[in-house]
Amino acid sequence: MANTAEMMSGYRVLDLTNENGYLCGKILGDMGADVIKIEPPRGDSGRKIGPFYRQVPDMEKSLYWYAYNLNKRGITLDIETEDGRQILSRLIKKADFLIESYPTGYLDKLGLTFAKIHELNPRIVMTSITPFGRTGPYKDYKGSDLVVMAMSGLMYITGDPDTAPLRISFPQAFLLASAHAAAASMIAHYYRETCGQGQYVDVSAQECALWEIANGIPLWQVNKILYKRAGSFLSGRWSDTKQRLLWRCKDGFVSFYILGGPSGIKTNQAITKWMAEKGEIPDYLKTYDWRTLDMLKQTQEMQDRLEKPIGEFFLRYTKAELYLESFKRGIMLYPVCNAKDIRENDQLKARKYWVNIEHSELGTTITYPGAFAKLSETPLTFKKRAPLIGEHNLEIYEQELGMSKSELAILHQSGVI
Amino acid sequence: MDKKVFEGVKVLDFGWVIAGPMTLKYLADYGATVVNLESSQHPDLLRTSAPFKDNLPEIDNSGYFAYLAGNKYSVTLDLNQPKGFEIAKKLVGWADIVADSHRPGVLENWGLSYAEMKKINPDIILIRNSNQGQTGPAAKQPGLGNHINGLAGIVNMVGWPNKEPISLQVAYSDYVVPHFAAAVLIGALDYRRRTGKGQELDISQLEVGLNLFAPNLVNYPGAYVDESLKGNSCEYAAPHSIYRCKGEDRWCAISVFTDEEWQAFCKAVGQPAWVNNSKFATVVNRKKNENQLNELVETWTLQHNPEDVMHLLQKAGVSAGTVENTHDLSDDPQLKERECFWTAQHEVLGNFSYLGQASRLSETPAKLYRNAPRMGEHTEYVCREFLKMPQEEFDACLMEGIFI
Repeated sequence: MANTAEMMSGYRVLDLTNENGYLCGKILGDMGADVIKIEPPRGDSGRKIGPFYRQVPDMEKSLYWYAYNLNKRGITLDIETEDGRQILSRLIKKADFLIESYPTGYLDKLGLTFAKIHELNPRIVMTSITPFGRTGPYKDYKGSDLVVMAMSGLMYITGDPDTAPLRISFPQAFLLASAHAAAASMIAHYYRETCGQGQYVDVSAQECALWEIANGIPLWQVNKILYKRAGSFLSGRWSDTKQRLLWRCKDGFVSFYILGGPSGIKTNQAITKWMAEKGEIPDYLKTYDWRTLDMLKQTQEMQDRLEKPIGEFFLRYTKAELYLESFKRGIMLYPVCNAKDIRENDQLKARKYWVNIEHSELGTTITYPGAFAKLSETPLTFKKRAPLIGEHNLEIYEQELGMSKSELAILHQSGVI
Repeated sequence: MDKKVFEGVKVLDFGWVIAGPMTLKYLADYGATVVNLESSQHPDLLRTSAPFKDNLPEIDNSGYFAYLAGNKYSVTLDLNQPKGFEIAKKLVGWADIVADSHRPGVLENWGLSYAEMKKINPDIILIRNSNQGQTGPAAKQPGLGNHINGLAGIVNMVGWPNKEPISLQVAYSDYVVPHFAAAVLIGALDYRRRTGKGQELDISQLEVGLNLFAPNLVNYPGAYVDESLKGNSCEYAAPHSIYRCKGEDRWCAISVFTDEEWQAFCKAVGQPAWVNNSKFATVVNRKKNENQLNELVETWTLQHNPEDVMHLLQKAGVSAGTVENTHDLSDDPQLKERECFWTAQHEVLGNFSYLGQASRLSETPAKLYRNAPRMGEHTEYVCREFLKMPQEEFDACLMEGIFI
């Protein structure tokens, strides 16, 4: 039943994002859209972000660029010049989406307001990704990943109670915003396809990252309970009792927690059964009736008494041993993985998650994380590596826009493309 | 007149916990009719999760469930009874989209595999959210978002240099899935509109999660990736950290990337002399002397509250912000102005704030059309209005205990 249909084939995306928005176009490209990444003539700022291929800092060797610009074609264009804007206008007329992540107001100053773009192409969906959104008192505030994560709640509850709040060291805020922007752009796309009208999509990274605070907002608003940092414990949900979430084992860490209610009982019973079989369990835990566990009433003293022997048990095994046995017994315990563990993960291999993409310019093949979804009718596909600087200039300017060689020579020499 | 993008789109949700139902929030908030199929015998984990109104853990009291479940309908049905199963099949026939976020195999056990659903509704779209996908040796392994955070490598990126990693307290990976899943679900809906073809979408929380640090997973012979814990530092910026401020547990983030920003920072904090200190004049030197620099910066931040630090530095063109707790977020002027939370009077929870959408669509804004449902609140409405079930049949089912 070979089927190569792609759900978004035939739709074109103009991708004017920087590192704050690459993932949005990448998602649409994976779905089959024709994504054209438009870079300044010297190359995009995100090409400077590491890690780098063979650790060589080079505009053509950023793995950050590679990973988030797969499935795109690339052209160079200086939109700060009048010639550049005229060429962009021609591209806009034929495009279905325009996505951008410039600082608020940058495109407006160049005369590229949504009103202007919409006038050129009433069907276009234009999506802006900014730290705080295009309206409101902070609309012009600069938002690095650190600052957006600080202002969206997760950071305050991450880390030890007595030291500074912590971020996730790989910048997350704009990846979350970019993924959201893809979904929001698809909503506007669906609307456009039903009635012909394009619209403007204003994405706030702060609001996207805010999703990650889970029940923090209602916990404050309904019960006036403030989520706080608790190191590697869960706290604040049920009572003041902390539950350990991250546990040391022989060679690393595993995630596990004593969950109350019907959802936790099977795991709790299975872990003590396993400990009993190994003879590595104190009597009080061996005879403990997990059905009586009520996390709303659990005291810290009792919680510690339950957790102590479990923690000692985990220390005797490696994370692979613990995961394998938990797997067999249906215990909710998972290893804390690094990149190597993930590359070797059997489940991902079994699902053929990884994709190999040829990099002829490097004379090698590189393996990438693959499809984010498996679709029975229109599978996500990986057709091309991230573009080199200006790689598709001729293809798009000459073959598609019909510009002459002499015109291109002028534009090249004047630094427009 | 509201313009609803998904007006008339019908969704049946065999939803569970976060990732699946949050995916459908994207549709519900833009006007789709989303019916959440529930069971009082196996209530959704969120319905039994804090916070509860008056701290009473009753089934309709959870603020966590409500926070994410606005704009949805709730039906209770006992699928283990033949009549209940029959009604579920009718709902499959009614729907454009069926969503499943149970453990792989649960739908099949009920007799509702994708193949079975296609017999009822040939162009159905079935979206399935799970921890590790529908296939493969680990497909049926039980687990929650907090576990997948570790499996997907997120936890390994949180912590101070040379210390142990620190866990996230929330099901981080659960909240990542909906963005990706909604994009592809809407794509499938549009594809069906154009071609008449439905399909099955298999979404693995692990596989989606890896997109959040994909560059570190790019692999080739001799690949090397630095996975040391980095605290709040950035390889190419300083100061770039969280600094203690005046007050109890009050902090601010400051990130300075360029020399120009550094000069603006020094001027703004009233320390022009720092600019001339060669130890901090360039980014290379600031990184080299980062610890000393951070201590200096903190001597200044300690004298101010974080909001003042933020406003002062932002006016000078430096990225800075308050580390906001949930109280701060509830009062955040930016979020308020943009109506990030939707407030409504909820019959159980009183004046309640829902999570809104994270973007604004100029023509078709998302909004709260209806409150989060009580469990089974719409059973009769859905049976009578959507399935056109005769009143006598509904009453008989009610008597037989089908709707539990």
